[in-house]
Amino acid sequence: MVETGHFALVLAFALSLVQMLVPLVGARTGNQRLMAVGGPVTVTGFALTALSFAALASAYAGSDFSVASVWENSHSLQPMIYKITGTWGNHEGSMLLWVLILTFFGALVAVFGNNLPSTLKANVLAVQGMIGAAFFLFILATSNPFIRLNPAPIEGRDLNPILQDLGLAIHPPMLYLGYVGFSICFSFSVAALIEGRIDASWARWVRPWTLVAWMFLTGGIAMGSYWAYYELGWGGFWFWDPVENASFMPWLAGTALLHSAIVMEKRSALKIWTLLLAILTFSLSLLGTFLVRSGVLTSVHAFATDPARGVFILCILTLFIGGSLALFALRASRLTAGGLFHPISREGALVLNNLFLTTATATVLVGTLYPLALEALTGGKISVGAPFFDLTFGPLMLPLLAIVPFGPLLAWKRGDIIAASQRLMAALAVAIAAMLVTGLFIDGASVFAALGVGLAVWLVAGALTDLAVKSGFGSVAPAAMLRRFAGLPRSVFGTALAHLGLGLTLLGIVGTLCFGTEKILSMHPGETVELSGHTLRFEGLFPQKGPNFTEDRGRFMLMGADGNADGAIASAKRFYPVRQTMTTESGIRTIGLSQLYLSLGDENKDGSVVVRLWWKPLVTLIWGGGLVMMAGAAMSLLDRRLRVGAPAKRRKPAVAAAALP
Amino acid sequence: MTRKQKRLSVILAGLAFLGAAAGLTFYALGQKASYFYMPADLATASVPPGQRIRLGGLVEKGTIMRGQGATVAFSVTDKQKSVKVTYTGILPDLFREEQGVITEGAFGPDGVFVADSVLAKHDERYMPKEVADGLKAKGVWQESTN
Repeated sequence: MVETGHFALVLAFALSLVQMLVPLVGARTGNQRLMAVGGPVTVTGFALTALSFAALASAYAGSDFSVASVWENSHSLQPMIYKITGTWGNHEGSMLLWVLILTFFGALVAVFGNNLPSTLKANVLAVQGMIGAAFFLFILATSNPFIRLNPAPIEGRDLNPILQDLGLAIHPPMLYLGYVGFSICFSFSVAALIEGRIDASWARWVRPWTLVAWMFLTGGIAMGSYWAYYELGWGGFWFWDPVENASFMPWLAGTALLHSAIVMEKRSALKIWTLLLAILTFSLSLLGTFLVRSGVLTSVHAFATDPARGVFILCILTLFIGGSLALFALRASRLTAGGLFHPISREGALVLNNLFLTTATATVLVGTLYPLALEALTGGKISVGAPFFDLTFGPLMLPLLAIVPFGPLLAWKRGDIIAASQRLMAALAVAIAAMLVTGLFIDGASVFAALGVGLAVWLVAGALTDLAVKSGFGSVAPAAMLRRFAGLPRSVFGTALAHLGLGLTLLGIVGTLCFGTEKILSMHPGETVELSGHTLRFEGLFPQKGPNFTEDRGRFMLMGADGNADGAIASAKRFYPVRQTMTTESGIRTIGLSQLYLSLGDENKDGSVVVRLWWKPLVTLIWGGGLVMMAGAAMSLLDRRLRVGAPAKRRKPAVAAAALP
Repeated sequence: MTRKQKRLSVILAGLAFLGAAAGLTFYALGQKASYFYMPADLATASVPPGQRIRLGGLVEKGTIMRGQGATVAFSVTDKQKSVKVTYTGILPDLFREEQGVITEGAFGPDGVFVADSVLAKHDERYMPKEVADGLKAKGVWQESTN
């Protein structure tokens, strides 16, 4: 089975070479038969990659330690779920997952792209083939997951204990669906540059892909943040770690792309900019892959340390980013510029959004790469962390968040800022009220906290105002309003939900950072501690044995107001003997939207234990907001206009005619 | 506005944004980035009390002392010099004698380094890159410590 997987991978590489060359030649020479090769080859390539991945997963599930990668990252005593998720909990397997998702997206274009102009489809598949070929070669040359060991070891070396977690089962696939999803936008852009032609149907095709990728990336980042929060036991949800930034930069650029693609689709303006953003977004995804997979970083995620890999990915990076930007420089002037608009208009607001988002992306990029560059050039070592990003990213994000509610209320082409402001009066009043209540009635609230809460409420109220205004609140009868509300385009709901989710996330961040409390103390069994109105009694340490670890489980009892026990919280120190590694399992109790979080430290000689506990108000909103943003993207995807099927076909002749002059 | 004026205004706005961002970035890099030192570097470089730095090295053998409550004192060494560090909080799971560690914080007026974060990464064979490079440069690197 393992050799079958290896063989399938080699075949998939060979097919990717066909996929990158034949349709491209076909599109250049106008040969329909050559162009038609792209589809079946892409689908077969996906099937082979899936077979290869299945072979690796079955080697992991069956604990076949004759495979080097399984031996290094698995153990026969691991629970089955972590045996399977271990498939992508290591460098080789996660790269295979990367190409699996890449070929999957390619296959989707091949299967559902029948209404695309044939040359565009051929070129898109060819560019997908190029990316695929580069990464297949990378896997086969430097990161082959199918290398055998002889003689086969009897027992494996266990999966890194912090990765033995359900969060990690979901986080990488979601993140990759996002990262790699942007490859489609990239391929469409490069294909458009190759053809030297770009029209509204292009935007109609790119926007759903951007939405899909953005949705999964949002989920992946939120999931990763929650995983780090509960698994690492530090109680933080975002560390500005380079690996986190690596996924955050494509997200920021992707968010900009999402917005500029709307302008392009609706008003066929900002064409060249949208195209450039699509290229940049995927370039940042590639950069993220490089940062994480090459081992240039020393951080929790960077498992890989082989320099050969780093150089290889750097070459891929240079080739694709350099190549696409060069093509852009050569061809962009051929593309016709779009329509005019007044600065105060929906387009203008979206341009402003793009300016803020791309500049913010740039600051994150500098903060992430500067320490690397400095070390490479001078040998000096610095660390750039939260204080840097608070000072650079923060000031750029705050004004953007403040103007978000205006955007959807402005009309296309020429908007009326005064009318929009009048409509937002109620939202503003609610936000100011929230600000005052926070500042005056909550103990220890700083000016920043009050402003933060006000801003978050402003975003939420603004999103609701948008829906209210568009369904005719106050101007039509309630029954008609309901009918209008139900008849609103799905994308209007999508926008409102996404902006609402953003507000919720901000509320969670402000709540946790400004109103959270923490205590570090050493406790004897039987002692109680009080934190922000919650009383906890430490019951003691209880040794336990898991399938592949032993642990000291510290049990705590949450005491209700009446003095009776109100549920237990447990935090544990785990020891994984195979890797000789300790991990801390945090104990979390969700109360409403807030959480009580505790993690166990070392045992002192007198039998007391160091305990660190946090009260984190509204913390669940941070990730809950992410889920709402995902729901917004999903809602937009359901919009009739974006349903890529029969309706688009009917519209196509009109679009082609419009593109002619 | 004509197309030309529009383009110019967008470009100017973009430049204004970039300028603001660049200004912030340079200021922040000067103020908020913390530099990495090993104990022997501190003899030559003068680091005023209160300036945030990262101090890295090995946890010196026999120096870990648990004091009152959750405060821990230990020394960080690069086998040439060592620096006393205090830290209040939960030490990472991999914090052990003779293991690589990076602490972040500032010197107090008494010359003791007060750390507010201690990093010892997750792999038991793992040595923080800065520490490993520093030990190699000082010629006290032993493969066995890795």
